[in-house]
Amino acid sequence: MRFALLITTLLVSMRVLAIDTTVLPDAEKQARYEALTHELRCMQCMNNSIADSPVGLASDLRRDVAEQILAGKTDDEIRASMVKRYGNVILFTPPLDRSSAWVWFTPIIAAVAGVFIGIRIVRRRSQLVEQDDSVVETDDATR
Amino acid sequence: MNRFVLPFVVFLALAGVLYIGVKHSPDKSTMVSALLGKPAPAFELPVLGEARKLSSREFAGKPWVLNVWGTWCGECRVEHEALLAIAQQKLVPLVGLSWKDEDAAAQQWLAQLGNPYTVVAVDKEGRTAIDFGVYGAPETFLIDAHGVVRYRHVGAMSLDVWQQEFVSRLKRGGLP
Repeated sequence: MRFALLITTLLVSMRVLAIDTTVLPDAEKQARYEALTHELRCMQCMNNSIADSPVGLASDLRRDVAEQILAGKTDDEIRASMVKRYGNVILFTPPLDRSSAWVWFTPIIAAVAGVFIGIRIVRRRSQLVEQDDSVVETDDATR
Repeated sequence: MNRFVLPFVVFLALAGVLYIGVKHSPDKSTMVSALLGKPAPAFELPVLGEARKLSSREFAGKPWVLNVWGTWCGECRVEHEALLAIAQQKLVPLVGLSWKDEDAAAQQWLAQLGNPYTVVAVDKEGRTAIDFGVYGAPETFLIDAHGVVRYRHVGAMSLDVWQQEFVSRLKRGGLP
């Protein structure tokens, strides 16, 4: 009973303490709103989303997202409007274009190169082992 | 000897990538505006201390400077002396954008410290600031005669920055 009470209190306080208390008229719009505000970066506190940030600018951007949803804009249109004003940096997942290509491809290139280098090292080692064996054999033979 | 060449090249390449990364790490004071080379967003906002509204169209055909500030912003106080000196040069209209601030506080600030602005637009809800991609005050924009954003300075304005970044661009073709 006490445990249940504790959990209830914590859950309630989570809701009350939430930074963002916006509620849109229907569930579908609300879900879109919550998804979008979590993928937009708060430009003042770099690693928070605008949904998690208490600063005034974040609440202004949340209001902007809510208004655009209510105005019938699609998610892509809303993202585009944000990028137009703040650049790709406002998206936590920046799109693949010429300026960001190296960010996406460097790890893949590095991983492939790593596999090749690894194979080469293992091959070379296995050749060394063969040579070592022959040395050991001659060693044994002399004994 | 040969077997050290490849690792050394890889090391140099990695060092190069990391050097570039460190050099260009996301420094808040140097983030480039997404609006450079694009038309400045239009706005129509109340004028501080007056009953009229200010439209961005009023500046069409001549370069102007927009300075985003607020009395709650410490760096804005730091740059105020520089703004007063810049206003003295009378090169371009210096338009203030009072960002998410109380009018009374803004007016008191200007009365106490001096008013460098040609006119101050009041953006109480921060909508125009968002359109300009403002992420922290102070920010200063240079808009050319065609209404295109040519430069954005983030952080306190100084006379050095003004000469190097703003006046040079104005001389290159902004001035009427």
